[in-house]
Amino acid sequence: MTVLTVENLSIDYLVEPPVHAVRDVSFTLQRGEVLGLAGESGCGKSTLAYGIVRLLKPPAAIVSGRAVFHSRDGVDVDWNELGAKELRATRWDQVSMVFQGAMNSLNPVISIRDQLEDIYLTHRPDLGRRERRKRCGDLLERVGVDRARLGAYPHELSGGMRQRVMIAMAMALEPQVMIMDEPTTALDVVVQREILREITRLRDELGFAVVFITHDLPLLLEISDRIAVMREGEIVELADALTLYTDPQHEYTKRLLASFPSLTGDRGSFVRGSVDDRLLAMDAVHIDGSAS
Amino acid sequence: MTTLEARNLVKEYHLRQGLHTRRLRAVDDVSFALDPGRTVALVGQSGSGKSTIAKLLLQVEHPTAGEIRLDGVPVARRGAGLRDYRRTVQMVFQDPFASLNPYHTVEHHLERPVRLHHPRMPDAEVRARVLHLLERVRLTPADVVARRRPHELSGGQRQRVAIARALAPEPGILIADEPVSMLDVSIRLGVLNLLAALQREEHLGVLYITHDLATARHFSDEILVMYQGRVVERGPADDVILRPRHDYTKTLAAAAPNPERRMTELRSSPDV
Repeated sequence: MTVLTVENLSIDYLVEPPVHAVRDVSFTLQRGEVLGLAGESGCGKSTLAYGIVRLLKPPAAIVSGRAVFHSRDGVDVDWNELGAKELRATRWDQVSMVFQGAMNSLNPVISIRDQLEDIYLTHRPDLGRRERRKRCGDLLERVGVDRARLGAYPHELSGGMRQRVMIAMAMALEPQVMIMDEPTTALDVVVQREILREITRLRDELGFAVVFITHDLPLLLEISDRIAVMREGEIVELADALTLYTDPQHEYTKRLLASFPSLTGDRGSFVRGSVDDRLLAMDAVHIDGSAS
Repeated sequence: MTTLEARNLVKEYHLRQGLHTRRLRAVDDVSFALDPGRTVALVGQSGSGKSTIAKLLLQVEHPTAGEIRLDGVPVARRGAGLRDYRRTVQMVFQDPFASLNPYHTVEHHLERPVRLHHPRMPDAEVRARVLHLLERVRLTPADVVARRRPHELSGGQRQRVAIARALAPEPGILIADEPVSMLDVSIRLGVLNLLAALQREEHLGVLYITHDLATARHFSDEILVMYQGRVVERGPADDVILRPRHDYTKTLAAAAPNPERRMTELRSSPDV
């Protein structure tokens, strides 16, 4: 069952000269699937995410293609054709997002409770106050934060807890798709592992689909069902995790895979062994007239 | 040829909470030695005291107890002795976007440490040294790179400039605090390889501070695992990572992304 279809989506930054940030990207997302989106800084992965949820700010604009959302009751919604009001109602309800640097996207002067309640006030105005408060507490508990912390302000929580709160916010309306843009990048490995476990557990429980964006390919290989590798605005390879790992087709995928020394295997031991001049030269870009 | 030795280092910070003062032991009885041509990795999660050790070694913080010895001599707190120490122990910082001044050219960044340590060197010789430094970090053609400003370089190239700057005073010890964590993944190994090559060429003692166990394993000879200011496990790199004994090291190793583990699972149950 497909929940999201992205068709030939292209996004430009309309500056002089225009920057083609996303070029003709197509993929489908299945219900309950984790799709990894791998790529390095500037490859267009965040722009793509913002494009899917129609959060692009000028000068960025969708120049062609569309993202079609297939709701549970079999209705197809083309997000490009939604008006501002419909968009506001649909976004977060069906597709939500955990933003990059999520730790710092909470409002510092508003309590966690008020920030969570805000979602229900906007999207579920019929809920009574008591029910709303109860749901906020439940939400926090679901992501492993004590509901007693509802009254806390962001600075009173650790980075990992703030991240969990952001995930709770994205889950508040039980959307069918969650887009996560580098949700664990600023956290240390132990906390990152806990949060990944949490995401996987919640996915199993609630059955939403996840688009997980990061540059950390080993991490994607562990949690994704399928992985798309992006470079210069294009998806250069899309395959299931095992195939991508064992039989990568594109040169860039191979290079990315080779960039990560293996924790327990032999791969990467050349760092300590003899010097490989090819690797030394890998980034020592020979500068000609234009900067790389 | 320089050996840097940390003996029973302790660093306490005083934290004021209202009327109460609490003591925080950021570093608790840590000892190790950096020998020429060897790399020691310091691993641990945020707040484990890794960077505090770097600050102590750089003499920007002073230890509450314990001492630092350079070639067997305790480090001077001021004067010519301290200057000498600072020349010998150099640092590569985490963020190559913040550690270079955007107003100045690459040449300026490298020229200053050279002049500082050789005040009477003729201009032509200074310039030759700067170009040689750039060649050593494989930024070529050196004369073109020398004219650039930081914003005209990629992150990896900037980090190479930062490494060249650290090498300018001809140090014996290099402290690298997360030198590649801010860089794009496809260029990380290039920079680490460069550090490894320089370490061999110049016979440097390197302290590699990181939270990334995989690169720590491949890049260093010895690994020290830190937890709450203490070294909980230490030993040859492969032993610590492949056969961890302490529970914390096991937790850390289990938390690190390890695709092979999952791929083995996927292979054995292809339909899941």
